Amino acid sequence: MTGRRLDGRGDWLDRSRPITFTFDGRSMQGFTGDTVASALLASGEVGGFVSPMAGRPRGVYAASVEEPNAFVEIAEPWFESIRPATMVNLVDGLVARSRAGVGVLPRTAAARSARHTHRHVETLVIGAGRSGRAAATIAEGRVLLVDEQAVVVDPPPNAITLTSTTATGIYDDGYVLCYQRDGAVDVFHHVRAARVILATGAHERPIAFVGNDRPGVMLASAARAYVERYGVLVGDRIVVFSADHAGHEAAEALAGAGAHIVVVDPAVRPGPATERLRAAGIEVRMNARVVATDGDPALTGVAVSAADGQLTTLPADALAVSGGWNPAIQLARGLGIGLRYDEDKTCFVHDGSGPDWLTVVGRAAGHVPSSFPIWVVDDGDDREKYVELQRDQTVADVADAVAGGLSNAEHVKRATYIGTTIDQGRTSGVLTAEVVNRLLGWAPGAQGPTNARPPYTPVPFSALAGPDSGPVLLDPIRVTPIHAWHDAHGAVYENVGQWKRPRYFPRGDEDMDAAVARECRAVRASAGVLDASTLGKIDVRGPDAGVFLDRMYTNRMSNLAVDSIRYGLMLGLDGMVFDDGVAMRIADGHYVVTTTTGGAAGVMDRFEEWLQTEWTDLRVYCTSVTEQWSVVAVGGPRAREVVAAAGTDADLTNDAFPFMTFRGASVAGVPARICRISFTGDLSYELHVSPWHAQHVWDAVMAAGEPVGITPYGTEAMHVLRAEKGFVIVGQETDGTQTPDDLGMSWIVNTGKGDFVGKRSLVRSDTLRDDRKQLVGVMTDDPSTVLVEGTQLIGDATIPEPPAHMLGWVTSSYRSEALGRSIALAVVEAGRRHIGDEIHAVIGRETVPCRVADPVFYDPEGTRRDG
Amino acid sequence: MLLIRCPWCGQRDEVEFTYGGQAHLAYPEDPAALSDAEWAEFLFMRDNPKGEWAERWMHAAGCRRWFNAIRDTATYRMIATYRMSEEPPG
Repeated sequence: MTGRRLDGRGDWLDRSRPITFTFDGRSMQGFTGDTVASALLASGEVGGFVSPMAGRPRGVYAASVEEPNAFVEIAEPWFESIRPATMVNLVDGLVARSRAGVGVLPRTAAARSARHTHRHVETLVIGAGRSGRAAATIAEGRVLLVDEQAVVVDPPPNAITLTSTTATGIYDDGYVLCYQRDGAVDVFHHVRAARVILATGAHERPIAFVGNDRPGVMLASAARAYVERYGVLVGDRIVVFSADHAGHEAAEALAGAGAHIVVVDPAVRPGPATERLRAAGIEVRMNARVVATDGDPALTGVAVSAADGQLTTLPADALAVSGGWNPAIQLARGLGIGLRYDEDKTCFVHDGSGPDWLTVVGRAAGHVPSSFPIWVVDDGDDREKYVELQRDQTVADVADAVAGGLSNAEHVKRATYIGTTIDQGRTSGVLTAEVVNRLLGWAPGAQGPTNARPPYTPVPFSALAGPDSGPVLLDPIRVTPIHAWHDAHGAVYENVGQWKRPRYFPRGDEDMDAAVARECRAVRASAGVLDASTLGKIDVRGPDAGVFLDRMYTNRMSNLAVDSIRYGLMLGLDGMVFDDGVAMRIADGHYVVTTTTGGAAGVMDRFEEWLQTEWTDLRVYCTSVTEQWSVVAVGGPRAREVVAAAGTDADLTNDAFPFMTFRGASVAGVPARICRISFTGDLSYELHVSPWHAQHVWDAVMAAGEPVGITPYGTEAMHVLRAEKGFVIVGQETDGTQTPDDLGMSWIVNTGKGDFVGKRSLVRSDTLRDDRKQLVGVMTDDPSTVLVEGTQLIGDATIPEPPAHMLGWVTSSYRSEALGRSIALAVVEAGRRHIGDEIHAVIGRETVPCRVADPVFYDPEGTRRDG
Repeated sequence: MLLIRCPWCGQRDEVEFTYGGQAHLAYPEDPAALSDAEWAEFLFMRDNPKGEWAERWMHAAGCRRWFNAIRDTATYRMIATYRMSEEPPG
């Protein structure tokens, strides 16, 4: 190929603005409007690229996104790891390097980001060729026209036209992602269109013959495009191997640009296009085929076999190939549309199926030239006839896959990797399917190409993420009003759902175990304070609130006295524990219920679902008030003294203010709801206050508790303290397969009150089985051994051959300061029947002897609850 | 991404909604009167047709109302949406 620039040609060029750029270290020239590929061809470059698998020399093959050979890395003025040279427009200071089909991401490169924007239009037209522009012109309302090329000639005045913009995917209901790449700043347009018109044209198809990958061989439409768009003639002596009308037209255009042309036409009889070429003095050889190419490595000659088998070698510096056309309907195929084989046009066209908002027009709809059915030239060695250039796969490689038993194009794709490349098999897909059909003796079109999915062309993940990148990602971080204090006091956090909760507050060089032990001792011996603001809280109001809660919880809430609190379990319809919390009766027809920290949104959803879909007659309104109430939980035998010292007008004596009641009262001069609830087993006051007052109340409690050594504690100590009491945590002791009875909590199931969610499931044969896994305590024989949570439990000291019968597993495990030893909670088959029995915990290949125990380890009589 | 017409708020992107499975499955009047098999049928068994079927959605990031929809499971086309209090169209 000895390409050169033509005077006065090149619709897309601005010759008044020359550009100097660097390719593989060499300074080169071009014009504004050029791509790296067109500028290379204009400079007489032949080849310059190699294939990634076999390292074969390769040259520019196409003029657009179907390019399988010529890839570059852009180093300056921005970084991109790899793009087709046919899709990189020259800009000042461009530094490009050839890449053998594989990009490299250096650690130092800035991630390519993109702005994201939304557009709503009546009509989106994808592709600004003739059909697309015509469709846009007659469309009404807001019209958006996008095209992947940098230049759109004669854009319709009624449309917004975006160039360098690729529709990367069409999704349901006219939702289309359009990726605009214009220099260093990209934009993702999220388009919602009432109507989508696919005018994406067609891709020309190669023919498989010996030596068809040699630099100097290219698609005929590309050779023509280089003349018309960029004013570049790719060779002086060009052989055009054309099975279709468009290839013949390309030959005419190349001849008109000054090249010496010989057309090799596989058809038996000349058609009108052939007659026209001959009339223009262009030599056309009918019933002929290209059977080989010469060159070292760039093309110097083309071997042509005539109808009678006679071989001639034509001198040539370029070989333009046109094997027919493949309508570019990959985008529509992502929606699941069907294909139909068109025998006349030897291609697969849209079968008309698909959503009513999608219209395919022009060449994409199959309005392509008819072509002579030629896929593979029979002459020569199949190992030198390339089907897929980027994967270096030949007709012989496809034959190997078929010989191995594969017959489906999708399977052949997985065996050969054809179509898994940057160009997504645009030149190779249909050809491969036809090679398979031929090998199996099937008719042309018996099976089509492999499916196509978004994105249409490669998209950097960083651009997809756009502004949603960095440590926050898409999930918000929720903190309590006391978070700044926790930060200032060295809290180590635990993520609970979206919340950051202090896990423990280390002092000095304490590790977690030491800090948790100290925090636990403080709560049991004196007083501790916990930020429990993250508890889910739902305000439930209305005349039927009591009835509603009776149906949602396993126990009765309607008869709860005003100013009283009751613990409740909530089940799924399947009878399994879903969440737990307490209900506080504020007034007639007014409750506040608490949920687990992680379960708040799910409980709220469930409440609303039942109210809206089943019990529409109930007059109940639910409002999430999680963030409207902060909670400072003061616990420990000296909690009463601390709250009194913080200042309250509530009578804190046990007779006036008993367990499981609450009082509206002031604390530290601000209004509060003081609740006597305990998750530790010790005397405890939860101070529910406005979030505006939370820090003030926390500070007041810390100051008031100073004489008794009040200790802030985190979730880890809370977990230990509640485990000592055998209190479950939903999601830790439960995994969605535990009934209340499994947890030893039948006492909270009121079967006499009428129906509630999950009730019927509690008497299914499966939930009544007596060998279900039940919550128990587990004590290691060696009190210093702390089992790992999740440890499996078996009956024998020796691990049997698999499959071993697993009796259950450890759900919680800690070292208990109060008991001076390790404790664990576990679910064990028929566990309550086996309290006191030996059981063995599996640790690697060893077992550790343990005893099944009652899950309440500490103060089973409940003597500490009232201080 | 589906475009879903909330009967209260109009057409919105699918991301604003949560899915609620098959529609028009009434909670039994008296679950205790059902046999295990009947209860299991209600609890676990759902239709899975190719083509049109009725399903529930909730406009979670909008009005938070539940509503029903007729959708084609093969084409994903949303044929109709209607309020809980309304009969299915057609």
